[in-house]
Amino acid sequence: MTRINEIISGLQKVTADPEKAVADYTKETGKGAVGICYLYAPDEIFHAAGYLPVGMWGATVPISKARTHLPPFACSVMQAVMELECAGVYDILKAVVFSVPCDTLKCMSQMWKGKCPSLTFCHPQNRKLEASNVFLAEEYRQLKERFEAIIGEKIPDAAIEKSIGIYNANRAVMREFTDVAAEYPDIFDPVKRHAVIKSRFFMEKSRHTALVSELIAEVKKQPKKPWPGKKIILSGIMAEPDGFLDVFRECGMAVAADDLAQEGRQYRVDVPDVPGKEPLYRLARWWQDFDGCSLATDLATVDKGKFRGNMLVDMAKKYRADGVVICMVKFCDPEEFDYPVLYPVLDKAGIPNLMVEVDLEIRSFEQVKTRVQTFRDILG
Amino acid sequence: MSEPVNIENMSAKEMLGYFQNKLDEEAREHKKNGKLVCWSSSVAPSEIFVTMDVALCYPETHAAGIGARHGALDMLEVTEQKGYSTDLCSYARINLAYMDLLKEKALSGNTPEKLAKCPGADIPLPDVVVATNNICNTLLKWYENLSYELNVPFILIDAPYNHTMPVAPHNKKYMAEQIRHAITVLEKLSGKSFDWDKFREVQKQTQRSVKYWLKIAEMGSYKPSPLNGFDLLNFMALIVCARSRDYAELTFKKFVEELQQKEKEGKYAFGDNEQQRLVWEGIAVWPHVGHTFKSLKSRGMLMTGSTYPNVWQLAYEIDNLESIGESYSNVYTNTCVQNRARVLGDVGELGKCDALILHQNRSCKLMCFLNQSCAEIVHDRLDIPYVLFDGDQTDPRNFSPAQYDLRVQSLQEMVTDQKKQQRSPKS
Repeated sequence: MTRINEIISGLQKVTADPEKAVADYTKETGKGAVGICYLYAPDEIFHAAGYLPVGMWGATVPISKARTHLPPFACSVMQAVMELECAGVYDILKAVVFSVPCDTLKCMSQMWKGKCPSLTFCHPQNRKLEASNVFLAEEYRQLKERFEAIIGEKIPDAAIEKSIGIYNANRAVMREFTDVAAEYPDIFDPVKRHAVIKSRFFMEKSRHTALVSELIAEVKKQPKKPWPGKKIILSGIMAEPDGFLDVFRECGMAVAADDLAQEGRQYRVDVPDVPGKEPLYRLARWWQDFDGCSLATDLATVDKGKFRGNMLVDMAKKYRADGVVICMVKFCDPEEFDYPVLYPVLDKAGIPNLMVEVDLEIRSFEQVKTRVQTFRDILG
Repeated sequence: MSEPVNIENMSAKEMLGYFQNKLDEEAREHKKNGKLVCWSSSVAPSEIFVTMDVALCYPETHAAGIGARHGALDMLEVTEQKGYSTDLCSYARINLAYMDLLKEKALSGNTPEKLAKCPGADIPLPDVVVATNNICNTLLKWYENLSYELNVPFILIDAPYNHTMPVAPHNKKYMAEQIRHAITVLEKLSGKSFDWDKFREVQKQTQRSVKYWLKIAEMGSYKPSPLNGFDLLNFMALIVCARSRDYAELTFKKFVEELQQKEKEGKYAFGDNEQQRLVWEGIAVWPHVGHTFKSLKSRGMLMTGSTYPNVWQLAYEIDNLESIGESYSNVYTNTCVQNRARVLGDVGELGKCDALILHQNRSCKLMCFLNQSCAEIVHDRLDIPYVLFDGDQTDPRNFSPAQYDLRVQSLQEMVTDQKKQQRSPKS
């Protein structure tokens, strides 16, 4: 258990101090880090150039300067990101990257307050057409060129191919990790599980893969213990801060699996191997193959039902979860539109479900606790 | 169908009402005769649907009508009960409620009370829905849900956000490919081949409608102005719902003639009380449209500039799908802040405006999150003051008449002070 605790504690430290992670990486490599604002981006391009792509998912900060630029009904995560922009937190980055799958992100991409350059691109939403892949590959090519101009060097295709391999390996190990974590809820409470996953946003991926692989191997040596509590699936954009996740631990709940944009949606599918196609096209195909996210338009509803609802029902069965908790980031339109058609699918399948609000600004979680306690009581 | 009437004798306002009703009636006839009915977002390529003889209904216009006739709250209650957050677009919430009530009626054979009481036009359920997200990505989620709830196909013409202008070549190609794909979907649904010759004529018709629409807006450049900018909000219904038919062209042409006649006779929108001229940015506050107008009118503040006309500035090369795609991508809300501010500034310049009023519309994040940034750019360019006020396009609970009046009053004072200073510059 000592090594297990060491690895988890090390990853928790990385997650708690991204600034240090960036500084250490910069010192070690002489290069730097690129901020990926929020959701999905071709991190492999920046990794291939030797830079560290880091996630920008906000933080628990009091909102003050951000109010000058955003009305109070902008989503909680973007309020926090704007606050950090104004505070100069991102100024240590070489560049930041915005993709714009929602209206708030479109606007955020147009009001960057940091000192480093901001790079923007657009994910197409008619995702199942080949024309969409062609469009996105071109967006990535232009993004790569703009970044090359900033760093003053070319990024070869071979390097991107290599990075795709490294990222796919990390995706595979993360899928394995979440399955293992579900088998060992006594080791991975929701906060620790989250730290292992989130640390991948602030570490070079091959290093992260190595550590998580070691962690999995060590954990598998431990005996599996019966879990007296409940098992749930988390769905939504993110389940933060730690105080929010701690409520589930206090209520005797373990995370059996997740459908969170910050977690499982990142590594649900690999970048596919497409013979004869350049690496940027392969990266574009990831977006086509990816489903079940409120920000990736679901056009295949006719006769099949929405992918996300059916996927959650399948997940609940596969992981023998007692219920699904929808973690609703405050003022997130895409998620708010999914909810009214999602929960009836869960109800119909007999899967208990609960919606709780995620607000990065709050520090007291008593209201969340009351709801989660009640939910646990309903689960019996 | 109703008896043919002589539109020659109608005023533009009468024609507006007549054609709006006619469009709804045609949609009901289509439904009755087993022809396709489509619900469409306001700036989607209507040309291909009109070519295929698909009747189009427009949820945004429909919801605005319900809001303006004070029927919003009943509808909003339906969607709130289904779990839709009150933070979401109120057009979407009203339309999803209306859809739900129509569906209930179709399934049960009984008309739900809220549907019977609804003051909106009677439109039929769609067989297909189409959206172009050039005005917001909310449409993607809204139409996803319509498609899911009704089990009907969702045709998407995705318009990627333009971080730089003009629209990039790969973006135009993507738009063109999607239009081609949409045509194949419609051919499959209708069992008919696409008539490319008719398509050409429909494109030409659309261009004529757009031309007259922009001519109306130009009438605001006269000082004093014969055009009351709030009229644009009403006539907008036809540039949305009938730009690919001659209904829009005929009505707009008549309206332009009326305005030209008024100008000639010296009959101005506010008589001799046009004191200040405004750019209005954002959608109207439909449930309180009377209050917002009267508050301005009582102060002699006339709206002579609005970004609305530019939304349908759909100028393209005939028979060129990339050019059509570009025009639908080009909508100012789908472009970078510099271009948005340029459009807003151009509108202010054309309307010879003294001030800018911006609607912080709770329903529309895309329109209002960049209001402050755009207003600052326009202020620097045109040296005109601006105010923002809180409101909502159709949720009456999100608007405070007192706050609005106060902001309008402040704006007037700022303009008056500025004019005084301009008249007597400090030595």
